[in-house]
Amino acid sequence: MPSYRAPVKDTLFVLQSVCKLDAHSNLPGFADATPDVVQAVVEEGGKFCEGVLAPINHSGDLQGCTRHADGSVTTPDGFKAAYDAFVEGGWGTLMAPSDYGGQGMPHIIGTVFQEFSASANMAFAMYPGLNEGAQAAIMAVGSPELKERFLPNMVHGRWTGTMNLTEPQCGTDLGLIRTRAEPQADGSYKISGTKIFISAGEHDLSENIIHLVLAKTPDAPDSVKGISLFLVPKFLVNADGTLGARNGVSCGSIEHKMGIHANATCVMNYDGATGYLLGEEMKGLRAMFIMMNAARLGVGVQGLAQAEVAYQNAVTYARDRLQGRALTGAKNPDAKADPLMVHPDVRRMLMDGRAFIEGARALILWGGLQVDLAHKAATPEERELADDLISLLTPVIKGYCTDKGYEIATTSQQVYGGHGYIAEWGMEQFVRDARIAQIYEGTNGIQAMDLVGRKLAMNGGRGLRAYLGLIAENVASGKADPRTEALATGLEKAAGELQAATMWLMQNGMTNPDNAGAGATAYLHLMGIVALGEMWLRMAIASHAALDAGSSDKPFFEAKLITARYFAERNFPDCGALRRKIEAGSAAMMAMPAEAF
Amino acid sequence: MKILVPVKRVVDYNVKVRVKSDGTGVDLANVKMSMNPFDEIAVEEAIRLKEKGIATEIVVVSIGVQQSQETLRTALAMGADRAILVVTDVTTESLTVAKILAKVAAEEQPGLIILGKQAIDDDANQTGQMLAALLGWPQGTFASAVVPNGDRVAVTREVDGGLETVDLKLPAVVTTDLRLNEPRYASLPNIMKAKSKPLASKTPADYGVDPTPRLTITKVVEPAKRSAGTKVKTVDELIEKLKNAGAIA
Ligand SMILES: Cc1cc2nc3c(=O)[nH]c(=O)nc-3n(C[C@H](O)[C@H](O)[C@H](O)COP(=O)(O)OP(=O)(O)OC[C@H]3O[C@@H](n4cnc5c(N)ncnc54)[C@H](O)[C@@H]3O)c2cc1C
Repeated sequence: MPSYRAPVKDTLFVLQSVCKLDAHSNLPGFADATPDVVQAVVEEGGKFCEGVLAPINHSGDLQGCTRHADGSVTTPDGFKAAYDAFVEGGWGTLMAPSDYGGQGMPHIIGTVFQEFSASANMAFAMYPGLNEGAQAAIMAVGSPELKERFLPNMVHGRWTGTMNLTEPQCGTDLGLIRTRAEPQADGSYKISGTKIFISAGEHDLSENIIHLVLAKTPDAPDSVKGISLFLVPKFLVNADGTLGARNGVSCGSIEHKMGIHANATCVMNYDGATGYLLGEEMKGLRAMFIMMNAARLGVGVQGLAQAEVAYQNAVTYARDRLQGRALTGAKNPDAKADPLMVHPDVRRMLMDGRAFIEGARALILWGGLQVDLAHKAATPEERELADDLISLLTPVIKGYCTDKGYEIATTSQQVYGGHGYIAEWGMEQFVRDARIAQIYEGTNGIQAMDLVGRKLAMNGGRGLRAYLGLIAENVASGKADPRTEALATGLEKAAGELQAATMWLMQNGMTNPDNAGAGATAYLHLMGIVALGEMWLRMAIASHAALDAGSSDKPFFEAKLITARYFAERNFPDCGALRRKIEAGSAAMMAMPAEAF
Repeated sequence: MKILVPVKRVVDYNVKVRVKSDGTGVDLANVKMSMNPFDEIAVEEAIRLKEKGIATEIVVVSIGVQQSQETLRTALAMGADRAILVVTDVTTESLTVAKILAKVAAEEQPGLIILGKQAIDDDANQTGQMLAALLGWPQGTFASAVVPNGDRVAVTREVDGGLETVDLKLPAVVTTDLRLNEPRYASLPNIMKAKSKPLASKTPADYGVDPTPRLTITKVVEPAKRSAGTKVKTVDELIEKLKNAGAIA
């Protein structure tokens, strides 16, 4: 059975030394996030995930969810009790505003708990995760009346939320939505249609389920411009807040799927269900995107989280398993073989994992801070900058961190040899669970298109310019210290490749858009390496500063510096290759006649 | 009734401790520290008694380095009401701790003191007993059930032969065993509230106690490595092997 320990120390390092949480104590919500409170939240949150969520991860995967003849769905044994403990512990209220019963903590702290819970039990963490996303959309566009009626119970966790976009004929292309919304005399709507792949669409954890549903009103144009967003509760809610009649929405079936077995993926049938408009008619996509942006960052976290838990177990295994001798002579002469840890190729797998995980954690938490700053920073300029940065990096965090997350889950499985393929060891579950993160919330191909097609050009390229400027600043401070000079120079070169690739895309994507589409994924990966590299430079600078200040924790900072060097040596070289792939354009890719496949 | 719960900051139970190379002790540099698990059980028991309306206030106290404050905050986040930190950098010995606790008890006048039966670092298992002796209070050690009733408390003890229940007059000292309860996780709202709960900082001198260690540690060594076991096929073979090993005659 695999185990999980929340990476408390590394997280606190990132919060304090990379994100400099103290420097933001003037922001709303940050005043309560004093170092001792943050430490307590991180530690106790970690304990909860280790002690309550992790123990039912493997069993939940084996048992899966069950749909009963009456359309109800039960989660695996122990999930209801764990969810009750989650609600009682108040963990779902971490980031929510105090108006609705939340603790109003910064997004960056909420992100920490997202990581820990998604490592401990990704299928479980999705139930509150979707609830949070649904709350975000209601908060952003809901009428005061809807907010009042639904948010307090959702924030508490008594009710949970879902997001309903996908239909059988409509996945990536939301213009194809067929679900209809008929306006009623009382101002509500009757929703009819079929949604598929709805995560947490039906389950036994909460008393009510609040579905956010994309649908079209009768005269709406047949494109994404005609989509509206509706709130459709499983049980109607009376004026006094008590639960009323069952609404016309039910779970038709649940999917049998590769991973996240303990999270119910539902076909949802809407048969004239009562729904309430969220925001304005035909502005549904915008409202949904508020939720999607937060959700995409959350999915990026899942990539990191599955890599982390898989890596942790791979390290333990590499220490314990005796096989073969070190190339340089026996390291464990008393036994018949050395631990796996001595083999360079095993080291490669472990170091690849570590370099990605620690870099991604820094990027994701720093990204969480940008979300906070975009809302709460003191000046409009600071808010705009933070918003530009996180808009640019959202597809990178989603796409790169889940592609790499899956890769590292697989690499960690590889450390186990054949045992990694055997269910009992739990490693293959991490691989299966990690896989979905590359697909939902917009496939990673769509993330790449979002980056190349929208984010680069947004506001005349302001976001990328700001980001490259920020990198240049850090490169300059890195170069000022001989100890970080090599790393800084490596990053500078990598950023140069990114800049060159951007130029090429701008010029050649304009004349032939297929060139942009053909290079998009390579470009997203290129920016991913640069983004992690930038974090590694920050971490290296912070580690030297800590060592210079006489930190008592030398081993921690020395390990950081070794990993920073490994990251640079093993990742920056890929940037040139990626650039060349991008510059190859779409010619050969698109030359093949479709019928020749 | 007020309950006093002493808690100790110790190496986290998940940490594989290493002996310092010079053999003077265990290497504590940069290892994860947590509340002694038996003390968590003590805090939990006090909170349960408060939830039942039996206890009115829970005061947690720790004697140790400044960072023991974190351990106290954990207790406050679980649900204790206020904390006292007695700061000392020297190794805390059972008798010193018992003497300080006796003074704290004299000031606070609790109806019940609940301690862990032992701390997982030095496994001394004597602080509670010493404290009861210094105070002249009855003691119920290794508790697996604590049932206060008026001015008395029934303590079920885990003893070698099974369970023994003693009926003590309050105020009394109780030490906890593993099966007493399962400590709760701190809830987020309580973690946030813990920040504003009072935490008083004191020194041993405030209580007139000299914390200078009286014991000298001559040597600390790692336990001998266990050698690989063998599987036996029959009981006879097992007996044979045990005889050969001199374990049975
Ligand atoms: C387990 C699970 C849970 C899910 N949970 C939810 C949920 O809670 N709510 C919800 O609404 N949906 C959910 N989904 C649906 C998920 O978001 C979609 O499956 C996903 O967005 C892709 O849509 P599709 O499956 O129709 O694939 P398609 O859109 O048919 O795409 C197929 C392939 O073509 C590519 N492609 C499509 N269009 C383009 C384009 N324009 N340019 C380049 N490439 C393109 C895609 O990248 C992909 O590789 C879930 C799916 C699964 C499997």
